[in-house]
Amino acid sequence: MTSYLDQSDAVRERFDAIKQREVILEVRNLHKRFPTPQGETEALRNVNFQVHRRELVCVIGASGCGKSTLIRILAGLEKQSSGDVLLDGAPVQGPGRDRGMVFQGYSLFPWLSVQRNVMFGPEMSGRSKDEAASAARLWLDMVGLTPFADAYPHQLSGGMRQRVAIARALVNEPRILLMDEPFGALDAQTRSRMQTHLLEIWKNIDITVLFITHDLDEAIYLADRILVLKPHPGEVLEMIEVPVPRPRSAAQIATPAFRATKARLEALIHPPAAGGDGDDETAQPELPSNMVRFTLVNDNVEGGVQ
Amino acid sequence: MKNEKNQAVGRARDRLQQAGIVFASFLIPILVWCVVSYVPFIWHPKVQVTDPGAVDYFQPGMLVDRAEFDEQRALVRQQGLALPSGEPANPIYLPAPHAVAKALYTGFVTPPVQKDAPWLHQSLWHSIQIIFWGFLISSLIGVPLGILCGTYPLLARLSEPFIEFFRYLPAPAFGALAVAIMGIYDGPKIAIIVIGTLFQQVLIISNTTRKLEATLIEAARTLGTRGARLITRVVLPGILPDLYRDQRILLGWAWTYLIVAELIGTSSGITWFITQQARYQHFDNVYAAIVLIGVIGFGSDWLLERLGTRLFPWDSAKTRK
Repeated sequence: MTSYLDQSDAVRERFDAIKQREVILEVRNLHKRFPTPQGETEALRNVNFQVHRRELVCVIGASGCGKSTLIRILAGLEKQSSGDVLLDGAPVQGPGRDRGMVFQGYSLFPWLSVQRNVMFGPEMSGRSKDEAASAARLWLDMVGLTPFADAYPHQLSGGMRQRVAIARALVNEPRILLMDEPFGALDAQTRSRMQTHLLEIWKNIDITVLFITHDLDEAIYLADRILVLKPHPGEVLEMIEVPVPRPRSAAQIATPAFRATKARLEALIHPPAAGGDGDDETAQPELPSNMVRFTLVNDNVEGGVQ
Repeated sequence: MKNEKNQAVGRARDRLQQAGIVFASFLIPILVWCVVSYVPFIWHPKVQVTDPGAVDYFQPGMLVDRAEFDEQRALVRQQGLALPSGEPANPIYLPAPHAVAKALYTGFVTPPVQKDAPWLHQSLWHSIQIIFWGFLISSLIGVPLGILCGTYPLLARLSEPFIEFFRYLPAPAFGALAVAIMGIYDGPKIAIIVIGTLFQQVLIISNTTRKLEATLIEAARTLGTRGARLITRVVLPGILPDLYRDQRILLGWAWTYLIVAELIGTSSGITWFITQQARYQHFDNVYAAIVLIGVIGFGSDWLLERLGTRLFPWDSAKTRK
């Protein structure tokens, strides 16, 4: 039986190389508490981790584990109760261009064309319209949306909108790209195409990615390392080094390394016999065993034609 | 290709159908009016005397109740004198459509009976100016204040309770005060329209501003937008189509305050025309003026709506649903 801890030589070498690179993002003793009508809730408790340059780290956990809160703190959209978020060693204060963010909802500006959406960041940093436009064209080319430069967001499909959102974040040349369940609203096919697309972009430019998801396959397929959070309060369960070698492909889903990692993730996120937490989204009430029948007795969907 | 063509044909048919429905929605009340006016046995509670006969107080053209006419007629017949004759008619306050249409035309081509009195179109133009200035002044204060209240919760908490209180005070109640402060001419009239519009405007626009998706602002912040530019580059364009719709509705409200406003101080504008004509029982002219207000209001709103779809192409997907 393969363990998720078994790494091939190539994979081990790669992790050694990653650890040699400088730390882009460091989170130290991060706590987040906020008041609710039921008293104070602890969303994050003592979260610590580091992300190295050009590393792709996924954050995974059941709903309510604070992964969204975490990424919002990293983006500077929310303030931590205590602890430090360091980007290149400097503490993060409020949102900034050095951290690009891609939201789950399509956060494109509906009143701007695709190209003007991508130009928004450079224009905000005071670059001229011409400079912004040429930068935008470059990045639209990168995500393959040049033919749609003059379209409005509402004319695009969901996947295309997220590609614009990625281009809009990357044009600012951030140190790290924060992605908050960016493909969560897409259909399965588009989703897997976008994952491949993201890996392609990540390979070609100097960008570090922190990617939030609740999809185990997505996390294993994309990540170098996976940060597993547990809910109530959000705490780090484990930082898993994904033993699946790169370059990744959809076919690897059947490999022992992939399956061992997935088994480990499942054991962490949905622990067997957790004793019914109650507020876990997987803890559903049972269906009644003798359900009332509202159709004729011989009108049997599972049987043959009567 | 074929599909696209079919869709275009379908859209054209839809548009034709919609225009037909709009037409019908006006046609039905006009038809009712015609039926009541031209079909004698529907209503016609009066008799218009054509020949007074031997009834000494009847005069040609006079309107009398049908019962009274029958009574007098029976009386004269008993006495064996000349019988009066007349036609069934509606009361004077319900002129027939053709009379109103004629009044609409003559109102523009014949000079006013009184010397120095304004023509119909001058009265109308005066009213339009009152509305314009009232709405402009209200918007100059109300739109920025509404947007600021919608953006900054502290400002909203500070100003909205008072505005909430003030908007329940009927604007016409300030008429006498406005005259005392601003004289008897256009000042107080504009003030009434401002008072009637402004407070609703602040609340409606701040509410519209609050409905802007928070992610848009957050996205802008992660892209390096701060301070005033968040308002000018994100909030304002983000709410613009809705703001435009709000303004259209508010402009309609401003019109409803017009009649009251114009009665304050020296009566003026279309209201002066209406009250003057009503005094002489020229109800066809009164209806003509009321119809004109409706046409101007409806027409300007229609124009603004068409303009809106031009101005905000990205919003068309939302409105067409």
